[in-house]
Amino acid sequence: MTWYGVGACDYAADPDEGRGEGRGDGNSREAATRRVFSDETGVLTVDAQGLTYRELNHVLRAHVRDRARAIAIRNVAGQRYIGTNLRCPISVEIHGTPGSDLGAFMDGPKLTVFGNAQDCVGNTMTSGEIVVHGRAGDVVAMSMRGGAIFIRDDVGSRCAIHMKEYGDRKPLVVIGGTAHDFLGEYMAGGTVIVLGLGLAPGEGHRACFIGTGMHGGRIFIRGSIEAHQLGREVEVVDPDSRDQETIMCAVERFCTLFGTDFDEIANSRFLKLHPRSHRPYGRFYAARDPGG
Amino acid sequence: MKSYIPPQFTVERDDRRCNMCRICIEECSFGVHYYDEKRKTMGAREERCVGCHRCSAFCPTRALTIRTHPAEFRPNANWRPEFILDIKKQAETGGIVLTGMGCDKPYRIYWDHLVLNASQVTNPSIDPLREPMELRTYLGRRPDRLELTDDREGGRPAARLAGRPGGFDLPDVPPDGASSAPSPVKVEVPILLAAMSFGAVSFQVHKALMQAAQEIGTLCNTGEGGWPAELRGFGRHVIVQCASGRFGVDADYLNEAAIVEIKIGQGAKPGIGGHLPGEKVTEAVARTRMIPPGTDALSPAPQHDIYSIEDLAMLIYALKEATNYEKPVAVKIAAVHNAAAIASGIVRAGADIVVLDGFRGGTGAAPKIIRDNVGIPIELALASVDARLRAEGIRHEASIIASGGFRNSADVLKAIALGADAVYIGTAALIAMGCTLCQQCYTGKCAWGIAASDPKLTERLDPDVAARRVVNLINGWSLEIKEMLGGMGINAIESLRGNRLHLRGIGLEDWELEVLGVRGAGT
Repeated sequence: MTWYGVGACDYAADPDEGRGEGRGDGNSREAATRRVFSDETGVLTVDAQGLTYRELNHVLRAHVRDRARAIAIRNVAGQRYIGTNLRCPISVEIHGTPGSDLGAFMDGPKLTVFGNAQDCVGNTMTSGEIVVHGRAGDVVAMSMRGGAIFIRDDVGSRCAIHMKEYGDRKPLVVIGGTAHDFLGEYMAGGTVIVLGLGLAPGEGHRACFIGTGMHGGRIFIRGSIEAHQLGREVEVVDPDSRDQETIMCAVERFCTLFGTDFDEIANSRFLKLHPRSHRPYGRFYAARDPGG
Repeated sequence: MKSYIPPQFTVERDDRRCNMCRICIEECSFGVHYYDEKRKTMGAREERCVGCHRCSAFCPTRALTIRTHPAEFRPNANWRPEFILDIKKQAETGGIVLTGMGCDKPYRIYWDHLVLNASQVTNPSIDPLREPMELRTYLGRRPDRLELTDDREGGRPAARLAGRPGGFDLPDVPPDGASSAPSPVKVEVPILLAAMSFGAVSFQVHKALMQAAQEIGTLCNTGEGGWPAELRGFGRHVIVQCASGRFGVDADYLNEAAIVEIKIGQGAKPGIGGHLPGEKVTEAVARTRMIPPGTDALSPAPQHDIYSIEDLAMLIYALKEATNYEKPVAVKIAAVHNAAAIASGIVRAGADIVVLDGFRGGTGAAPKIIRDNVGIPIELALASVDARLRAEGIRHEASIIASGGFRNSADVLKAIALGADAVYIGTAALIAMGCTLCQQCYTGKCAWGIAASDPKLTERLDPDVAARRVVNLINGWSLEIKEMLGGMGINAIESLRGNRLHLRGIGLEDWELEVLGVRGAGT
């Protein structure tokens, strides 16, 4: 069987992949469980080599049920949905490259990736924390509504698209490097902080259409951006003291996580991008009272 | 700017009957009726009248009649009044003309050109009053085959259901011993209540629909505006939507429902997103959608994690992971030109249910130009999707739910004969509650308290009474469906599913008969 439109391309975490091995022997669950051992520190270690995402996630869920507090996964190679449906504040170390949708719909866990992450990190995430010691792909934190994501290096396009907040659920995304186009598109709430650490002196951010359609939340950017890089719906202001507090608090955490020099970041200037209106498209419609 | 838009309706007040009780003033949310203190008479600002008939329905002396306004422009086949009015409206505002409910244009309605069969002599018809008649329907993926293995040690053969990936044959790590594929969801009638979001319709409407679904034993779709906390108890009868705005979507939302539906498109506005205006985002709506009160609730046109069938597969399996592979995942698309090929991709991406929404499907707000010009009729989309999935041998891998403008039980039955497993009704359910199709849903002023958020209006609708009306409607349709089935000599709706020999076309071109897969009447 050929997966529709994909054929033989590399789809390591695809349901098709591993079907052959899963079927027939009927022992894959057992096989997967055998890969687990406990080291002296009490951290459970899972070897993900050769496991499909479904097998890996099943093993993780089984450990959560067995009240594991911390899990380290070795040899992660493209398995998707790690952290989805764990629903408790477990700590998961991921060594290798996790697949897309890392922490999708996640509610509670803390994921730390020692490597790069792919697309859709923290997709529609409810709570918890994702830390990536590397870069992440497109659409990071889409529709995220709580918790925090820290990416050490750059992110792809459409980061924090349609991020939301309500009440005390205020999501936070901190990007150490820079972001690509459409950062904060349609953003409805939450906080995005871009530190621009990888930029050379004098080099500005390159993202365009920043904050297009933004109607809530706040983006803080360290480093320069030109007016033409902004979406029409945002304006640039200076952060006030409360904003500074938010930034410093997040930066402190970032520096602790990645061992970055706090003072260097703390003493630099941040720009605040702020939506011009909570109703960006209110005037698009011929919305007079009918007939009058 | 003076408005040149003439009144659409005229208010006729019979002064012999009117006792000036002023109930009409109270009832009209558009401010048409007034009492003239000086002249001691009742008056009407006709230019505000939308023809919703709330006042005439509640006038205790039946003194009010609302008619289409008799004033006419010079007749012109090209410049019809609708176009003239829209131009005037846009000249005065510079905006997109909005509307509510489904497409009202006179495109061919194929239901009216399809007729059902009945038994005569060669096989007996069945009287549903005396004999059992089965409308129960199961929604979700079916296995490919039953595999029997000879289990020598146990002394008897073992059976297992087997199928393609996405279903029964996924890597065999069944969570907690459960089957790798979700069990199909049972509904007692093949009529489901369509997606209408909280915010577009009131809390009372949401509650009434869920109560009705529970009483009938069917399913109600939350729409994309979240699922109010007070209504979580109806979970077994609820389909939750995961749409581009992801409003109110969290792990509990997904896990407490019976089915998770990914909304890609909507028949009334294929290809575009939606904007719930900030003034409708009340505290309760904001809490349910998980956004700040008073902000526009924007649903982007695409889901930005889905740019391809492969991406769709990724979201389908994200939702399956998030729900422990226990819930069927549905994918809803608007009926568009390539629906058959798209539906094939959806099934191959792992969806357990495909939902097709035709261009007469309703909406709380859509640009009129999109509603009236984009998409195709559900009849043609349904027939072509069913035929395509059959031709590819994957029809059993997903159920098909058809949606978009079902007006009566015959439409439902014809859809099932064309290949649908079940249908969604939205507009019909709202009409049962009081809606008169005045198409003002987007104004938030619905005088019937349906598409409203203002408590003064929403309290007009008693959820218990509204639920009763919807239950009565579906019970009535069920009786009619049983009568029609019985007449065909069929005692289970399953036997009619995709059975196009029970349909004939009247007044249709050859290409239409071909797409529908039915023969002309008399042949």
